[in-house]
Amino acid sequence: MSVTIPAPRSQRIDPKYKRGPKSRGSFEMLAWLFMRLSGVALIVLIFGHLISNLIVGDGINAISFGFVAGKWADPIWQFWDLAMLWLAMLHGTNGVRTIINDYAEKHSTRAWLKGILYVATIFIVVLGTLVIFTFDPCVAGSTLPQC
Amino acid sequence: MSKTSSGTLYRGHEGMWSWVGHRVTGVVIFLYLLVHVLDTALVRVDANAYNAVISTYQTPWMALGETGLVAAILFHAFNGLRLILVDFWKQGTKYQRQMLWGVMILWVVVFAGFAIRHLSLAFGGH
Repeated sequence: MSVTIPAPRSQRIDPKYKRGPKSRGSFEMLAWLFMRLSGVALIVLIFGHLISNLIVGDGINAISFGFVAGKWADPIWQFWDLAMLWLAMLHGTNGVRTIINDYAEKHSTRAWLKGILYVATIFIVVLGTLVIFTFDPCVAGSTLPQC
Repeated sequence: MSKTSSGTLYRGHEGMWSWVGHRVTGVVIFLYLLVHVLDTALVRVDANAYNAVISTYQTPWMALGETGLVAAILFHAFNGLRLILVDFWKQGTKYQRQMLWGVMILWVVVFAGFAIRHLSLAFGGH
């Protein structure tokens, strides 16, 4: 014999289940898909970055201003680093956004934490992009032969 | 852990610990990424300032930190591929536990190779 228990079973709803109104369409599904696609791309980009900067030649001992200038003289490495910057920052930001949504119960706390996160993300992405596109091998202090 | 949770598929087992590991390594990598973009941005300010900061990355203590960072990156990368297989491969959920062992074996092998190379370069002296 089965017993039918009418819903809702309790008057009290745990605050973690009472979040802001949601009408985000397919955003969360696209974010989920982006994590998988960018993850695969980032494995290629970051492994290539680590091999070229830390494994081959003198590894970390060879890294200097001249090393960076040599890499960014090649448009392929400029594109490589730009793609890595954007994908890693968006992948990481979405990951931290998920963690904030999981652990910050209060609506205002979540809003604040995500606000700080998005400001930091925009700042770092814009800064990194400008550095790659406006790189000057003859910046102050440069001892490269062409300067 | 309470007795009632021991029978669940997830809590306290490989699936949960790989999830914890994925989160922790993800946050560590993200925080390093923020710092790394800032230190690289010095190439746009002053070549000597950039060289001064990069030379701290070449010290033995920082080399240990870099080795730990790469350990985190390798786990996040290989476990991420496992997550993709769990989501998209029909047999993914059935073999998630075996795939985690595959992740750990791959992680040990690749990390050992990296650590030997990187630490011998950093401690070798130049």
